[in-house]
Amino acid sequence: MQHGKYRFIVGFLALPLGLYALFVVWPFIQSIYYSFTDWTGLSPEFKMVGLDNYRRMLDDEIFWKSLQHSLIFAVVLPLVTISLALFFAFMINVGGRRRRGGPVISGVRGSSFYKIVYFFPQVLSIAIVALLFAFAYNPDSGAINSILRGIGLDSIQPLWLGDPDLALWAVMAVLVWSTVGFFVVLFSAGMASIPADLYEAALLDGANRSTTFFRITLPLLWDTVQSGWVYMGILALGAESFAVVQIMTTGPGGPDYSTTVMVLYVYQKAFRDGQAAYATTIGVALLVVTLAFAALVMRLGRRERLEF
Amino acid sequence: MGSTSAEYDGTGGVGRRDLIKRSAALGLISVPTMSFLSACASSGGDDGGEKAKAGKKTAKNPLGVNETAGMEFVLFDGGFGKEYAQDAVKIYEKNFPEAKVKFSATQKIQSTLQPRFNQGTPPDLIDNSGAEQMDMGVLVGKNQLADLTPLLDAPSYDDPAKKVRDTLRPGIVEMGQFDGDPVWIMYYAYTVYGVWYSQKALDSLDEQYPETWDQMLAVCEKAKKKGMAGWTYAGKYPYYLPFSLYPMIAKVGGREVLDSIDNLEPNAWKHPAVKTCFEAYYELQQKGYVLKGTPGLDHIQSQTAWAQGKALFIPNGSWVENESANVIPKDFDLAVSAPTGIDSSDKMPFGTIWASGGEPFVVPAKAKNGTGGMEQLRIMLSEASSKNFTSKVKSLTAYNGGTDGITLTPGLKSGVAALDKAGENVVNPRIQDWYVQLQKEQIGVSGLGEMMAGRLTPAEAIKKIQGFADAAAKDTSIKHYKHQ
Repeated sequence: MQHGKYRFIVGFLALPLGLYALFVVWPFIQSIYYSFTDWTGLSPEFKMVGLDNYRRMLDDEIFWKSLQHSLIFAVVLPLVTISLALFFAFMINVGGRRRRGGPVISGVRGSSFYKIVYFFPQVLSIAIVALLFAFAYNPDSGAINSILRGIGLDSIQPLWLGDPDLALWAVMAVLVWSTVGFFVVLFSAGMASIPADLYEAALLDGANRSTTFFRITLPLLWDTVQSGWVYMGILALGAESFAVVQIMTTGPGGPDYSTTVMVLYVYQKAFRDGQAAYATTIGVALLVVTLAFAALVMRLGRRERLEF
Repeated sequence: MGSTSAEYDGTGGVGRRDLIKRSAALGLISVPTMSFLSACASSGGDDGGEKAKAGKKTAKNPLGVNETAGMEFVLFDGGFGKEYAQDAVKIYEKNFPEAKVKFSATQKIQSTLQPRFNQGTPPDLIDNSGAEQMDMGVLVGKNQLADLTPLLDAPSYDDPAKKVRDTLRPGIVEMGQFDGDPVWIMYYAYTVYGVWYSQKALDSLDEQYPETWDQMLAVCEKAKKKGMAGWTYAGKYPYYLPFSLYPMIAKVGGREVLDSIDNLEPNAWKHPAVKTCFEAYYELQQKGYVLKGTPGLDHIQSQTAWAQGKALFIPNGSWVENESANVIPKDFDLAVSAPTGIDSSDKMPFGTIWASGGEPFVVPAKAKNGTGGMEQLRIMLSEASSKNFTSKVKSLTAYNGGTDGITLTPGLKSGVAALDKAGENVVNPRIQDWYVQLQKEQIGVSGLGEMMAGRLTPAEAIKKIQGFADAAAKDTSIKHYKHQ
C-alpha cells in the first residue's frame, strides 16, 4: 500500500519537478560553473580560472557598495511596505467606528474606494511607474518640485535623483508606492478570514484599536505577513530593484555609485563590459544573499501557529 | 486563516505549501538573474558550416563576391531607421540578381546575435549599435571579427581609380583599428560633437559665439541677467560633458594630452591643461551659470529645457537635431560650434572640434559570406547611398563629401561648416569606445558629474579620476589599447 502511495505522488510530481530542474536548477548549476571560467559572453571559447573571479569580487569596491545597497533594500523595503500595508488593511477592514445598525467590525468610511486606489499602482508595469517618477523627480519642471514651489517653498528644491544622499531613498519610495497596494489586498483577504466573534469579544472587553491590532489581527495574520515579507525582500533584491535603478537613476547606478544594486551590477558586467563569467560570480553572491535572507526571515518569524 | 495546513508539525521549519511558495518566489529572481546568462553559452561548437566559395574578381566585382551565395545583413533599428539600409540592399540585389539577401532590423542586437556568435553561425554584416551593442574589444580580442582591409583597398564604387580608403573622412579608418593594422570596424555615420546653441537666442543677446573663456563668462552673465542660464547638460548622464570638454583640453594643451589620457598613462589627468579646463567648467557652476536642477535631468529633459530657451549652450552630438526635433522651435536656428578655449595662448586654434564615426558595422570572422557583407558596405559607401542617408536621417556619413545638391537642415549645415573650419584640427578621443565603464560611470558620473553638481572641487575631481584611470590601467580583466 505504501509503495503504491509513493508511485502515485511521484506520478504527479515528475513533470513539475522535471521542469523545475530543467529551467531553474540546471541554469543555477551552469551559472556556478561559469563563475569559475573567464567566459566573455561573446564567444564560445573560455577556460577555467579557478577562484580568480571570487578573489576579484572580494577586492571590488563597487561590488561591496552594491551589496550594501541591496541589503538596505532587502531590510528597509519590506519593513516600510508591510507596515504601511498592514496599517492600511487594518483601517480598511477593521479600524472603522461602529455605526448604528451596521456590522460589528467594518472599515473606515469610504474603505472600498481606498481599496481600489491602493491597488491601482499594481496594474501599472514597474517600467512605467519608474518612468513616471523619473518625470516627477525632474528638479527643473517635475511635479514634486513644482508643488514645493507652488506652496511657497522655493528655497527647498532638492535634486532628488541627482543628489547622492537622496537618490537611494527616492528610488525606494517608488518601490513602496508601487507595491504597497498588493499587500493591502493580500492582508485584507487574510483579515477577512479572521472570525468576527474574536473581535466582538475583544471589543466587549474594552480593547481599543491598537490593542485589537496587536493582540488579534497581527498574530492571526502572521503566516501571511511572513510570506509577504519573503516575497517583498526578494522583489527588493531582484527584478523590481533592477528596473527602477536602471530606468530612473543617474548613470545608471549613480550619482557616484549611490544607487547601484547587485542585479544592476550583474547586468552591467554581463552586457556592457562583456565579462559574463564575472557577472555570474556576482550572481552566485546574490543567490547566497537571497537564500540567507529567506532563511533568516523564516527563522526569526517562527512562532506557534494558532488553529481556528 | 482556516487555510493553514493541519499536517504542519510545528517544529520542522518549512511546510510543504510554504516551501513551494518560497521556491517559486526564489525562482522569480533567480531565473532572470542567472539563467539568462547561461542560456546563451555552452552549446558552442565550430560547426559553422561551409564558407561560400569565392567568386570571380572583375572590375564590377572587385572583392570577388560569389554571385549565387546568400547574404545576411542585420541592422540596428535605431534613430537612423532602416530605410537607408533597405535602399542599399536593393542595389546589392540588383547587382547580384541570383543572390538571396536576408535583411533584418532589430533593436536587440545582443540578444539576437550573441547566441549566434556562440554557435559560430553569425550573419555576414552587422550594424553593432544601440543600447545592446556587443563589446567591440571583446569581439576583437576573441577573433570574432573579419579584417576589413580588403574592402578599404578595393576600388571605390563611384571611381575605380580611387580606393575606398581614400574616399573616407579623416579618422574613420583609425577608429576601426584596435591593435596594429587590421581594421575591424567600419563606422558609417559621422558625428560632430560640440557646443550646440540657438543662433536666434545668441542674436537676441547681441552676442557672437565666444572664442575665449572670458567672453564665455561675459555671455553667460548677460544671459543670466535676462533670466536665462548659460549652460545645461545631461546631468544624469554627465558623460555628455566630454563632448565639449575633451576638445577644449586638446585645444588648450595639445592633442598629446588626450592621447595620453586614452593610453591611461600615469598622471595623464594631472596635466595643467586638464586642470585649467576643469576649473573653467567649475567656474560656470560656481557662478550660477548652469541651469538650476541640471544634475537631476536626463538627456531628453536637458535638451527640452535648452530647446525651450531656459539655457543657452548644451554639449551634445549631431544626433540632437533629430532626437529633439519635436521640441526645437522652427525659428530656433540650431547651430554648433567648436568649444570655447581659454585664450590665444592655447596650443591649437579655435575651431578644434571632436568628430568621429558612429554606427559601427562589422563583418564576423565566421560569416558564411563575409565578402558579400563587405560588398554591401562598399555599396553603402558610394556617393549616391551616402546622399540618400544624409537626406533621410540628417546625419553625415563616413564618405567624405556627399552633401552637394541636397538641402541641409540648419544643424547639419552648421556641422559641415564647423568641420570645414576645423580642417585638420579634428580630435578623436578613443576612451569612450576603449574603456566604456571608465568613461561613463567613473570619469562621467563619479568625476565630472559630481564636480558639476558642486560636490567636488576640480582638484578633487582630477585626483579621483586619476585614481580610476590608474585602476583601469592595472585591471587585467580589461583589454588595454594604445594610440599607434
